Amino acid sequence: MPNMSLKKNEMPVQDPQVRNKNFKEVALGYTKEQAIDEAQRCLHCKTRNCVAGCPVRIDIPDFIKEVAEGNFEEAYQIIAKSSSLPAVCGRVCPQESQCEGKCVRGIKGEPVGIGRLERFVADYHNENAKEHAVKPQSNGHKVAIIGSGPSGLTCAGDLAKLGYEVTVFEALHLAGGVLVYGIPEFRLPKSIVQKEIDGLKELGVKVETNMVIGKVLSIDELKEEYGFEAVFIGSGAGLPKFMNIPGENLKGVYSANEFLTRVNLMKAYEEDADTPIKQSKKVAVVGGGNVAMDAARSALRLGAEEVYIIYRRSREELPARAEEVEHAEEEGIIFKFLTNPVEILADENRFVGGIRCVEMELGEPDASGRRRPIVKEGSEFEIPVDCVIMALGTSPNPLIKNTTEGLDTQKWGGIIVEEETGLTSREGIYAGGDAVTGAATVILAMGAGKTAAQAIDEYIKAK
Amino acid sequence: MYKIIKKIELNPTVTRMDIEAPLVAKKAEPGQFIILRTDEEGERIPLTIADYDREAGIVTIIFQKVGATTEKLGHLEEGEFIQDFVGPLGTASELEGLKKVAVVGGGVGSAIAYPIAKKLHGLGAEVHSIVGFRGKDLVILEEDFDKVSDKFVRMSDDGTWGTKGLVTNALKELIESGEKYDEVIAIGPLIMMKFVAALTKEYGIKTVVSMNPIMVDGTGMCGGCRLTVGGETKFACVDGPDFDGHQVDFDEAMERGSMYKPFEQHKREETCNLFAKEVQ
Repeated sequence: MPNMSLKKNEMPVQDPQVRNKNFKEVALGYTKEQAIDEAQRCLHCKTRNCVAGCPVRIDIPDFIKEVAEGNFEEAYQIIAKSSSLPAVCGRVCPQESQCEGKCVRGIKGEPVGIGRLERFVADYHNENAKEHAVKPQSNGHKVAIIGSGPSGLTCAGDLAKLGYEVTVFEALHLAGGVLVYGIPEFRLPKSIVQKEIDGLKELGVKVETNMVIGKVLSIDELKEEYGFEAVFIGSGAGLPKFMNIPGENLKGVYSANEFLTRVNLMKAYEEDADTPIKQSKKVAVVGGGNVAMDAARSALRLGAEEVYIIYRRSREELPARAEEVEHAEEEGIIFKFLTNPVEILADENRFVGGIRCVEMELGEPDASGRRRPIVKEGSEFEIPVDCVIMALGTSPNPLIKNTTEGLDTQKWGGIIVEEETGLTSREGIYAGGDAVTGAATVILAMGAGKTAAQAIDEYIKAK
Repeated sequence: MYKIIKKIELNPTVTRMDIEAPLVAKKAEPGQFIILRTDEEGERIPLTIADYDREAGIVTIIFQKVGATTEKLGHLEEGEFIQDFVGPLGTASELEGLKKVAVVGGGVGSAIAYPIAKKLHGLGAEVHSIVGFRGKDLVILEEDFDKVSDKFVRMSDDGTWGTKGLVTNALKELIESGEKYDEVIAIGPLIMMKFVAALTKEYGIKTVVSMNPIMVDGTGMCGGCRLTVGGETKFACVDGPDFDGHQVDFDEAMERGSMYKPFEQHKREETCNLFAKEVQ
């Protein structure tokens, strides 16, 4: 008899007034009992809409059935067939618009906590599994992956399972892409990312760090000199945007990428870290996406007393996940909606002293369907802050494009690919994730990595 | 991990290291840089490629002990390893086609000016090197410059080496004496490059400077190294580090460079104390 409770089992979390001062994970995860109870809410409906809502098509009801019966390792094996990074996805996927958004239990009441169950299963496996993954028999074919973010790691994992000899080339000193430099420890502990990458290494995936492809080696060299038969570009969208307003180069203005890289990758929040970060009392974060939430919540944890999110549209248009916005509010982040910066003001030492903003109102919907914000005349006001973080989005770095002849890109830098395969304008070169779409989600990047892995397998077999 | 093949103390604060990094050596060009991290807990710092040997797979760096990381780096010995060493990064200096160039180096910046003078000399250009140090004890690469320069002017603040005075004095003298340069390339402290650029602007001589802002990744993903050049924001790690000296906002660059000064000072003292304890 299924559990007919209309509500999800709540996720235990750290108290907001405690967690806003530390970098430990906010959500604490289900206990075995909570997981089994939640799993029993799944009706095992025939439509299986949840599976269609998952970009990597995990057999969701099947793994949930195993959880309901207490067979956690069996549940893990079902997920592992489709996903290389379940502990990550269970934490950072926007489930409300994917698997859980399609769950029939969500029509009347809350959907099954699929993400929470996936997370539980992956964590259980990582803590308890004794058997290590076995490296599959090599098929003798070599594939290069550029970038070790979610799309690259997924593509690498899938190809390794098929017997390919896979090498991942990463520009930074640690693998993981946005999972290590972007998403903070309090949402995604780095030890979890590391475990998932170790899992890939057990499958035989080689990871070469400090390899800026386009500088150290070009894609053509990888193909011609190093014998890689196919290449997957998963280099992401890491080029930050600025507003081009006066004062943007003052001391104390960061791109969210710089701020988060210092905090997450370089661990600037640790007391004895070698990498500095500015100690600020009042911080303004400009933007309304998940990156803005991450930057704001990190600034708070570094000791800021007031942290503002400045967003030019209204609450309804916030692109960040609902759960992240709620967490940010609980922790004390102040939201300034319908507000847009026009200038960053200097103090007497040429550090940031304030931010001058205008109020906005929403006009007619634009081409993207969102109502366009218009400046309210005479509405200028100032907020005294000593740090500004620009979280306005990112675009693909032009390095790969500029060093790979014949690789077609969009005007804004995204690599042009065939949607069904991820094939670029060059034979044997595939691409996926943010490098193609511009900044999107972890799970969409994983889906693209998966698609490309399948296409690469077919391409090499057909040669 | 990247092995330290050779280490030479060039003067009391400046050290030269040959690092085994074959892939970097294969592609390196004058004007480019590397980012390194001494150890697992270390920060990432940019250093210019001072020389390279493609066959031996070696990249030479020259650094001044100015803070915690360069202090730590200076304590590493031959045979030991550097955790991370990535490059070559940035855009190579454009040197082709130049016939007569004044290369101006100041302090440890001379280590960056030298490979440029060497490459220009190799390309058959007439090279006039004007190099300045605070005093005789701090001189580096004297013989190296001598070998690749058609004219070599030595300057020092205190007169203990060459002529007493600033590199700008020497440059002005050469220009006034009728030397016609296609280009002036200036590398050294920001204040020196600012004054060289101000001088050459008067004479309308194209001037290239090598900027050295704060960097984190060095690949164009954070904008920590941004500068204003000709009124536009540029990222030194990908658009530079070479820029038109007449277009750079040096005052802003100097300000931005001082952003973490108290932190850096504190960190350096901490590191020095740590090494002092080990010695005891």
